[in-house]
Amino acid sequence: MTPTPTVPLWEVFIRSRAGLSHKHVGSLHAADAVLALQAARDVFTRRGEGLSLWVVPSSAIVASDPQEKGMMFEPTASKPYRHPTFYEVPDEVGHM
Amino acid sequence: MYTQALNDRPAAAAVEDADQAERFQARIDAEDRIEANDWMPEAYRRTLVRQISQHAHSEIIGQLPEGNWITRAPSLRRKAALLAKVQDECGHGLYLYAAAETLDASREELMDQLMEGRARYSSIFNYPATTWADIGAIGWLVDGAAIMNQIPLCRCSYGPYARAMIRVCKEESFHQRQGFEIMMTLCNGTVAQKAMAQDALNRWWWPCLMMFGPPDGASQHSDQSTRWKIKRFSNDALRQKFVDATVPQAEYLGLTLPDPALAFDAATGHWTHGEIDWDEFKQVLAGNGPCNRDRIEARRAAHENGEWVRAAAAAFAAKQSQRQAA
Ligand SMILES: [Fe+2]
Ligand SMILES: [Fe+2]
Repeated sequence: MTPTPTVPLWEVFIRSRAGLSHKHVGSLHAADAVLALQAARDVFTRRGEGLSLWVVPSSAIVASDPQEKGMMFEPTASKPYRHPTFYEVPDEVGHM
Repeated sequence: MYTQALNDRPAAAAVEDADQAERFQARIDAEDRIEANDWMPEAYRRTLVRQISQHAHSEIIGQLPEGNWITRAPSLRRKAALLAKVQDECGHGLYLYAAAETLDASREELMDQLMEGRARYSSIFNYPATTWADIGAIGWLVDGAAIMNQIPLCRCSYGPYARAMIRVCKEESFHQRQGFEIMMTLCNGTVAQKAMAQDALNRWWWPCLMMFGPPDGASQHSDQSTRWKIKRFSNDALRQKFVDATVPQAEYLGLTLPDPALAFDAATGHWTHGEIDWDEFKQVLAGNGPCNRDRIEARRAAHENGEWVRAAAAAFAAKQSQRQAA
Protein backbone atom coordinates (compact mmCIF):
# COMPACT_ATOMS: atom_id res chain seq x y z
CA MET A 1 0.00 0.00 0.00
CA THR A 2 1.35 3.47 -0.82
CA PRO A 3 1.10 5.79 2.18
CA THR A 4 -1.89 8.10 2.18
CA PRO A 5 -0.72 11.67 1.38
CA THR A 6 -1.17 14.22 4.15
CA VAL A 7 -3.93 16.80 3.90
CA PRO A 8 -3.45 20.26 5.55
CA LEU A 9 -4.43 20.65 9.20
CA TRP A 10 -6.81 23.41 10.38
CA GLU A 11 -7.69 24.71 13.84
CA VAL A 12 -11.39 25.27 14.48
CA PHE A 13 -12.91 28.07 16.60
CA ILE A 14 -16.59 28.43 17.46
CA ARG A 15 -18.63 31.34 18.79
CA SER A 16 -21.26 29.52 20.80
CA ARG A 17 -23.51 32.52 21.49
CA ALA A 18 -23.67 36.14 20.42
CA GLY A 19 -21.72 38.15 22.99
CA LEU A 20 -19.07 35.46 23.52
CA SER A 21 -15.72 35.23 21.78
CA HIS A 22 -14.69 32.41 19.47
CA LYS A 23 -13.15 29.51 21.35
CA HIS A 24 -10.79 26.82 20.12
CA VAL A 25 -12.62 23.47 19.88
CA GLY A 26 -10.26 21.20 17.97
CA SER A 27 -8.65 20.56 14.63
CA LEU A 28 -9.31 18.72 11.39
CA HIS A 29 -7.85 17.98 7.98
CA ALA A 30 -9.13 19.51 4.74
CA ALA A 31 -7.72 20.27 1.31
CA ASP A 32 -8.82 23.94 1.33
CA ALA A 33 -10.63 26.57 3.38
CA VAL A 34 -14.10 25.89 1.97
CA LEU A 35 -13.86 22.17 2.71
CA ALA A 36 -12.39 22.95 6.14
CA LEU A 37 -15.42 25.11 7.00
CA GLN A 38 -17.81 22.43 5.79
CA ALA A 39 -16.01 19.70 7.74
CA ALA A 40 -15.91 21.91 10.85
CA ARG A 41 -19.67 22.33 10.63
CA ASP A 42 -20.18 18.55 10.35
CA VAL A 43 -17.67 17.57 13.00
CA PHE A 44 -18.16 20.27 15.64
CA THR A 45 -21.68 21.69 15.33
CA ARG A 46 -24.08 18.76 15.11
CA ARG A 47 -26.08 19.91 18.13
CA GLY A 48 -26.30 23.67 17.87
CA GLU A 49 -22.87 24.28 19.40
CA GLY A 50 -22.36 27.55 17.60
CA LEU A 51 -23.40 30.53 15.52
CA SER A 52 -20.10 31.29 13.87
CA LEU A 53 -17.05 29.28 12.80
CA TRP A 54 -13.44 30.20 12.13
CA VAL A 55 -10.95 27.84 10.54
CA VAL A 56 -7.28 28.77 10.58
CA PRO A 57 -4.41 26.83 8.97
CA SER A 58 -2.55 25.27 11.90
CA SER A 59 0.71 26.30 10.27
CA ALA A 60 -0.31 29.97 10.65
CA ILE A 61 -0.34 29.79 14.45
CA VAL A 62 2.70 31.17 16.23
CA ALA A 63 2.98 29.71 19.72
CA SER A 64 5.08 30.57 22.75
CA ASP A 65 7.68 28.01 23.70
CA PRO A 66 6.64 25.90 26.72
CA GLN A 67 10.34 25.62 27.65
CA GLU A 68 10.34 29.40 28.17
CA LYS A 69 7.20 29.44 30.25
CA GLY A 70 9.14 30.69 33.27
CA MET A 71 10.72 33.66 31.54
CA MET A 72 7.57 34.49 29.63
CA PHE A 73 5.02 34.43 32.46
CA GLU A 74 7.03 34.88 35.64
CA PRO A 75 6.18 38.60 36.12
CA THR A 76 2.69 37.70 37.36
CA ALA A 77 4.24 36.13 40.43
CA SER A 78 6.81 38.82 41.28
CA LYS A 79 4.74 41.95 40.66
CA PRO A 80 1.95 41.93 43.23
CA TYR A 81 1.67 45.75 42.93
CA ARG A 82 -0.22 45.16 39.69
CA HIS A 83 -3.16 43.89 41.70
CA PRO A 84 -5.67 46.09 43.57
CA THR A 85 -5.32 44.06 46.77
CA PHE A 86 -1.68 45.29 47.06
CA TYR A 87 -2.93 48.73 48.16
CA GLU A 88 -4.44 49.55 51.49
CA VAL A 89 -7.58 51.60 51.74
CA PRO A 90 -8.92 52.29 55.26
CA ASP A 91 -12.31 50.76 56.08
CA GLU A 92 -13.78 54.23 56.70
CA VAL A 93 -13.27 55.09 53.05
CA GLY A 94 -15.64 52.30 52.04
CA HIS A 95 -15.76 50.44 48.80
CA MET A 96 -13.25 51.56 46.17
CA MET B 1 -12.38 -1.44 26.34
CA TYR B 2 -12.13 0.58 23.16
CA THR B 3 -8.46 0.57 24.04
CA GLN B 4 -8.34 -2.87 25.60
CA ALA B 5 -5.60 -4.23 23.33
CA LEU B 6 -3.29 -1.78 24.95
CA ASN B 7 -2.55 -4.48 27.45
CA ASP B 8 0.81 -5.33 25.96
CA ARG B 9 3.93 -4.33 27.76
CA PRO B 10 5.46 -0.97 26.76
CA ALA B 11 9.06 -1.04 25.61
CA ALA B 12 11.59 -0.20 28.34
CA ALA B 13 11.81 3.55 28.81
CA ALA B 14 14.71 5.14 27.02
CA VAL B 15 17.38 6.75 29.14
CA GLU B 16 16.03 10.19 29.90
CA ASP B 17 16.94 13.00 32.18
CA ALA B 18 15.99 11.71 35.63
CA ASP B 19 15.27 15.23 36.91
CA GLN B 20 12.88 15.91 34.08
CA ALA B 21 11.14 12.59 34.61
CA GLU B 22 10.76 13.37 38.29
CA ARG B 23 9.35 16.84 37.61
CA PHE B 24 6.95 15.29 35.10
CA GLN B 25 5.67 12.75 37.64
CA ALA B 26 5.31 15.53 40.22
CA ARG B 27 3.07 17.44 37.81
CA ILE B 28 0.95 14.31 37.28
CA ASP B 29 0.73 13.71 41.03
CA ALA B 30 -0.43 17.29 41.51
CA GLU B 31 -3.28 16.64 39.00
CA ASP B 32 -1.71 19.09 36.57
CA ARG B 33 -2.63 18.48 32.92
CA ILE B 34 0.07 17.74 30.34
CA GLU B 35 -0.25 19.66 27.08
CA ALA B 36 1.01 18.86 23.60
CA ASN B 37 4.31 20.73 23.64
CA ASP B 38 5.25 19.99 27.23
CA TRP B 39 8.17 17.70 27.96
CA MET B 40 7.02 14.12 28.49
CA PRO B 41 8.75 10.74 28.79
CA GLU B 42 8.96 8.93 25.47
CA ALA B 43 7.07 5.96 26.93
CA TYR B 44 4.20 8.25 28.03
CA ARG B 45 3.95 9.59 24.48
CA ARG B 46 4.07 6.10 22.96
CA THR B 47 1.48 4.72 25.38
CA LEU B 48 -0.87 7.58 24.58
CA VAL B 49 -0.43 7.35 20.81
CA ARG B 50 -1.23 3.65 20.98
CA GLN B 51 -4.20 4.05 23.30
CA ILE B 52 -5.71 7.07 21.53
CA SER B 53 -5.25 5.59 18.06
CA GLN B 54 -6.78 2.26 19.11
CA HIS B 55 -9.65 4.22 20.54
CA ALA B 56 -10.02 6.19 17.29
CA HIS B 57 -9.91 3.02 15.18
CA SER B 58 -12.61 1.50 17.40
CA GLU B 59 -14.92 4.45 16.76
CA ILE B 60 -14.36 4.20 13.01
CA ILE B 61 -14.69 0.41 12.76
CA GLY B 62 -17.60 0.63 15.21
CA GLN B 63 -19.64 2.35 12.51
CA LEU B 64 -19.67 -0.81 10.41
CA PRO B 65 -21.92 -3.25 12.32
CA GLU B 66 -24.56 -0.55 12.82
CA GLY B 67 -24.12 1.09 9.45
CA ASN B 68 -25.33 -2.15 7.89
CA TRP B 69 -28.75 -1.51 9.39
CA ILE B 70 -29.35 2.11 8.37
CA THR B 71 -31.18 1.16 5.17
CA ARG B 72 -33.15 -1.54 6.98
CA ALA B 73 -34.29 0.43 10.04
CA PRO B 74 -37.97 -0.33 10.72
CA SER B 75 -39.16 3.31 10.69
CA LEU B 76 -38.05 6.76 9.63
CA ARG B 77 -37.62 7.75 13.30
CA ARG B 78 -35.30 4.80 13.95
CA LYS B 79 -33.43 5.44 10.73
CA ALA B 80 -32.81 9.11 11.54
CA ALA B 81 -31.60 8.18 15.04
CA LEU B 82 -29.29 5.41 13.83
CA LEU B 83 -27.86 7.62 11.10
CA ALA B 84 -27.15 10.35 13.67
CA LYS B 85 -25.53 7.84 16.01
CA VAL B 86 -23.27 6.39 13.33
CA GLN B 87 -22.32 9.92 12.27
CA ASP B 88 -21.42 10.69 15.90
CA GLU B 89 -19.10 7.66 15.99
CA CYS B 90 -17.33 9.00 12.91
CA GLY B 91 -16.93 12.33 14.69
CA HIS B 92 -15.54 10.55 17.77
CA GLY B 93 -12.94 8.91 15.58
CA LEU B 94 -11.95 12.30 14.17
CA TYR B 95 -11.67 13.99 17.60
CA LEU B 96 -9.42 11.14 18.69
CA TYR B 97 -7.17 11.10 15.62
CA ALA B 98 -6.73 14.84 16.16
CA ALA B 99 -5.73 14.19 19.79
CA ALA B 100 -3.19 11.57 18.65
CA GLU B 101 -1.79 14.05 16.15
CA THR B 102 -0.85 16.44 18.94
CA LEU B 103 1.68 13.73 19.87
CA ASP B 104 3.29 13.79 16.41
CA ALA B 105 1.45 10.81 14.95
CA SER B 106 -0.17 11.70 11.64
CA ARG B 107 -3.75 10.64 11.01
CA GLU B 108 -2.81 9.26 7.61
CA GLU B 109 -0.10 7.07 9.10
CA LEU B 110 -2.47 5.80 11.81
CA MET B 111 -5.15 5.05 9.22
CA ASP B 112 -2.62 3.20 7.08
CA GLN B 113 -1.66 1.09 10.11
CA LEU B 114 -5.31 0.16 10.60
CA MET B 115 -5.84 -0.78 6.96
CA GLU B 116 -2.67 -2.85 6.85
CA GLY B 117 -3.78 -4.80 9.92
CA ARG B 118 -0.94 -3.38 12.04
CA ALA B 119 -3.24 -1.67 14.56
CA ARG B 120 -5.88 -2.97 16.94
CA TYR B 121 -9.37 -1.86 17.75
CA SER B 122 -11.96 -3.08 20.26
CA SER B 123 -12.77 -6.79 19.97
CA ILE B 124 -16.49 -6.04 20.19
CA PHE B 125 -16.74 -4.75 16.63
CA ASN B 126 -15.70 -8.10 15.20
CA TYR B 127 -19.10 -9.54 16.05
CA PRO B 128 -21.91 -9.31 13.48
CA ALA B 129 -25.19 -7.41 13.90
CA THR B 130 -27.53 -10.04 12.51
CA THR B 131 -31.00 -8.73 13.45
CA TRP B 132 -32.61 -5.36 14.19
CA ALA B 133 -32.58 -6.27 17.89
CA ASP B 134 -28.78 -6.20 17.72
CA ILE B 135 -28.98 -2.46 17.07
CA GLY B 136 -30.88 -2.16 20.36
CA ALA B 137 -28.39 -4.37 22.19
CA ILE B 138 -25.38 -2.50 20.77
CA GLY B 139 -26.66 0.91 21.84
CA TRP B 140 -27.74 -0.29 25.26
CA LEU B 141 -24.75 -2.51 26.09
CA VAL B 142 -21.81 -1.62 23.85
CA ASP B 143 -22.30 2.12 24.19
CA GLY B 144 -23.19 1.58 27.85
CA ALA B 145 -19.87 -0.19 28.43
CA ALA B 146 -18.05 2.47 26.43
CA ILE B 147 -19.51 5.21 28.65
CA MET B 148 -18.28 3.41 31.80
CA ASN B 149 -14.78 3.43 30.37
CA GLN B 150 -14.84 6.90 28.86
CA ILE B 151 -16.11 8.94 31.80
CA PRO B 152 -12.89 8.49 33.83
CA LEU B 153 -10.87 9.29 30.68
CA CYS B 154 -12.32 12.81 30.80
CA ARG B 155 -9.89 13.32 33.72
CA CYS B 156 -6.92 11.73 31.95
CA SER B 157 -3.61 13.53 32.56
CA TYR B 158 -3.13 14.34 28.88
CA GLY B 159 -5.16 17.47 28.10
CA PRO B 160 -6.01 16.93 24.42
CA TYR B 161 -7.23 13.35 25.09
CA ALA B 162 -9.28 14.45 28.11
CA ARG B 163 -10.89 17.26 26.09
CA ALA B 164 -11.77 14.89 23.24
CA MET B 165 -13.34 12.51 25.75
CA ILE B 166 -15.49 15.29 27.22
CA ARG B 167 -16.98 15.93 23.78
CA VAL B 168 -17.44 12.21 23.20
CA CYS B 169 -19.15 11.61 26.54
CA LYS B 170 -21.61 14.44 25.93
CA GLU B 171 -22.73 12.61 22.79
CA GLU B 172 -22.72 9.03 24.07
CA SER B 173 -25.70 9.15 26.36
CA PHE B 174 -28.12 9.51 23.44
CA HIS B 175 -26.57 6.36 21.92
CA GLN B 176 -27.29 4.25 24.94
CA ARG B 177 -30.80 5.61 25.43
CA GLN B 178 -31.83 5.03 21.81
CA GLY B 179 -30.59 1.44 22.11
CA PHE B 180 -32.47 0.83 25.33
CA GLU B 181 -35.61 2.27 23.76
CA ILE B 182 -35.33 -0.18 20.85
CA MET B 183 -35.02 -3.04 23.35
CA MET B 184 -37.99 -1.73 25.34
CA THR B 185 -40.16 -1.53 22.22
CA LEU B 186 -39.24 -5.11 21.24
CA CYS B 187 -39.86 -6.37 24.78
CA ASN B 188 -43.32 -4.80 24.81
CA GLY B 189 -44.08 -6.23 21.37
CA THR B 190 -45.08 -9.68 20.15
CA VAL B 191 -43.65 -12.91 21.55
CA ALA B 192 -41.41 -13.18 18.48
CA GLN B 193 -40.13 -9.61 18.97
CA LYS B 194 -39.32 -10.23 22.61
CA ALA B 195 -37.52 -13.44 21.62
CA MET B 196 -35.45 -11.39 19.18
CA ALA B 197 -34.43 -9.05 21.99
CA GLN B 198 -33.47 -11.99 24.22
CA ASP B 199 -31.47 -13.57 21.40
CA ALA B 200 -29.52 -10.34 20.83
CA LEU B 201 -28.78 -10.04 24.55
CA ASN B 202 -27.60 -13.66 24.63
CA ARG B 203 -25.11 -13.01 21.86
CA TRP B 204 -23.82 -9.58 23.01
CA TRP B 205 -23.59 -10.00 26.77
CA TRP B 206 -20.30 -11.90 27.06
CA PRO B 207 -18.45 -9.99 24.32
CA CYS B 208 -19.52 -6.79 26.13
CA LEU B 209 -17.94 -7.99 29.38
CA MET B 210 -14.74 -8.68 27.41
CA MET B 211 -14.69 -5.05 26.24
CA PHE B 212 -13.17 -4.06 29.60
CA GLY B 213 -10.07 -6.11 28.82
CA PRO B 214 -8.26 -8.90 30.64
CA PRO B 215 -8.75 -9.43 34.40
CA ASP B 216 -6.60 -7.20 36.60
CA GLY B 217 -3.94 -9.80 37.37
CA ALA B 218 -3.31 -10.39 33.66
CA SER B 219 -3.38 -6.80 32.51
CA GLN B 220 0.27 -5.96 32.17
CA HIS B 221 0.84 -2.28 31.97
CA SER B 222 -2.11 -0.99 33.94
CA ASP B 223 0.32 -0.04 36.70
CA GLN B 224 2.28 2.46 34.68
CA SER B 225 -0.87 3.89 33.10
CA THR B 226 -2.33 4.30 36.57
CA ARG B 227 0.78 6.09 37.81
CA TRP B 228 0.54 8.43 34.82
CA LYS B 229 -3.18 8.95 35.50
CA ILE B 230 -4.14 7.80 32.04
CA LYS B 231 -6.09 4.97 33.62
CA ARG B 232 -8.11 5.75 36.74
CA PHE B 233 -9.94 2.45 37.37
CA SER B 234 -8.89 -1.15 36.84
CA ASN B 235 -10.48 -3.33 34.15
CA ASP B 236 -12.29 -5.43 36.74
CA ALA B 237 -13.56 -2.40 38.65
CA LEU B 238 -15.08 -0.94 35.47
CA ARG B 239 -16.53 -4.31 34.47
CA GLN B 240 -18.14 -4.60 37.90
CA LYS B 241 -19.68 -1.14 37.59
CA PHE B 242 -21.13 -2.13 34.23
CA VAL B 243 -22.61 -5.40 35.52
CA ASP B 244 -24.11 -3.69 38.55
CA ALA B 245 -25.69 -1.00 36.37
CA THR B 246 -27.00 -3.42 33.74
CA VAL B 247 -28.59 -6.18 35.83
CA PRO B 248 -31.57 -4.07 36.97
CA GLN B 249 -32.03 -2.69 33.44
CA ALA B 250 -32.31 -6.23 32.03
CA GLU B 251 -34.73 -7.07 34.79
CA TYR B 252 -36.86 -4.05 33.86
CA LEU B 253 -36.97 -5.29 30.26
CA GLY B 254 -38.00 -8.75 31.45
CA LEU B 255 -34.92 -10.28 29.83
CA THR B 256 -32.56 -12.87 31.29
CA LEU B 257 -28.81 -12.32 31.27
CA PRO B 258 -27.21 -15.44 29.80
CA ASP B 259 -25.19 -16.27 32.90
CA PRO B 260 -26.54 -18.95 35.28
CA ALA B 261 -23.82 -18.05 37.80
CA LEU B 262 -24.93 -14.42 38.08
CA ALA B 263 -25.76 -13.74 41.74
CA PHE B 264 -26.12 -10.81 44.10
CA ASP B 265 -23.55 -10.74 46.86
CA ALA B 266 -25.26 -9.09 49.81
CA ALA B 267 -21.95 -8.71 51.66
CA THR B 268 -20.34 -6.55 48.96
CA GLY B 269 -23.50 -5.15 47.40
CA HIS B 270 -22.28 -6.24 43.95
CA TRP B 271 -23.42 -8.75 41.34
CA THR B 272 -20.90 -11.53 40.76
CA HIS B 273 -20.76 -13.04 37.31
CA GLY B 274 -19.58 -16.33 35.86
CA GLU B 275 -16.29 -17.14 34.19
CA ILE B 276 -15.50 -15.13 31.03
CA ASP B 277 -14.18 -17.14 28.08
CA TRP B 278 -10.79 -15.45 27.70
CA ASP B 279 -9.80 -17.85 24.94
CA GLU B 280 -12.53 -16.42 22.77
CA PHE B 281 -11.27 -12.93 23.60
CA LYS B 282 -7.71 -13.81 22.59
CA GLN B 283 -8.91 -15.40 19.38
CA VAL B 284 -10.88 -12.30 18.41
CA LEU B 285 -7.92 -10.02 19.18
CA ALA B 286 -5.64 -12.31 17.17
CA GLY B 287 -7.83 -11.71 14.11
CA ASN B 288 -9.99 -14.82 14.30
CA GLY B 289 -13.33 -13.31 15.35
CA PRO B 290 -16.41 -13.73 13.16
CA CYS B 291 -15.92 -10.46 11.24
CA ASN B 292 -12.27 -9.34 11.57
CA ARG B 293 -11.42 -9.72 7.89
CA ASP B 294 -14.70 -8.20 6.79
CA ARG B 295 -14.19 -5.08 8.89
CA ILE B 296 -10.75 -4.31 7.53
CA GLU B 297 -11.86 -5.02 3.99
CA ALA B 298 -14.82 -2.66 4.37
CA ARG B 299 -12.53 0.07 5.74
CA ARG B 300 -10.07 -0.42 2.90
CA ALA B 301 -12.80 -0.37 0.28
CA ALA B 302 -14.21 2.88 1.72
CA HIS B 303 -10.73 4.40 1.65
CA GLU B 304 -9.97 3.26 -1.89
CA ASN B 305 -13.37 4.33 -3.20
CA GLY B 306 -12.81 7.75 -1.67
CA GLU B 307 -9.44 8.16 -3.35
CA TRP B 308 -10.81 10.11 -6.32
CA VAL B 309 -12.56 12.55 -3.95
CA ARG B 310 -9.32 13.26 -2.07
CA ALA B 311 -7.43 13.59 -5.35
CA ALA B 312 -10.03 15.99 -6.77
CA ALA B 313 -10.03 18.12 -3.60
CA ALA B 314 -6.23 18.31 -3.61
CA ALA B 315 -6.13 19.21 -7.34
CA PHE B 316 -8.77 21.91 -6.85
CA ALA B 317 -6.94 23.37 -3.86
CA ALA B 318 -3.69 23.45 -5.84
CA LYS B 319 -5.39 25.19 -8.76
CA GLN B 320 -6.96 27.79 -6.49
CA SER B 321 -3.69 28.67 -4.79
CA GLN B 322 -1.97 28.90 -8.18
CA ARG B 323 -4.64 31.29 -9.39
CA GLN B 324 -4.25 33.40 -6.26
CA ALA B 325 -0.51 33.54 -6.76
CA ALA B 326 -0.89 34.65 -10.39
FE1 LIG C 1 -18.33 6.68 20.26
FE1 LIG D 1 -21.49 5.62 20.83
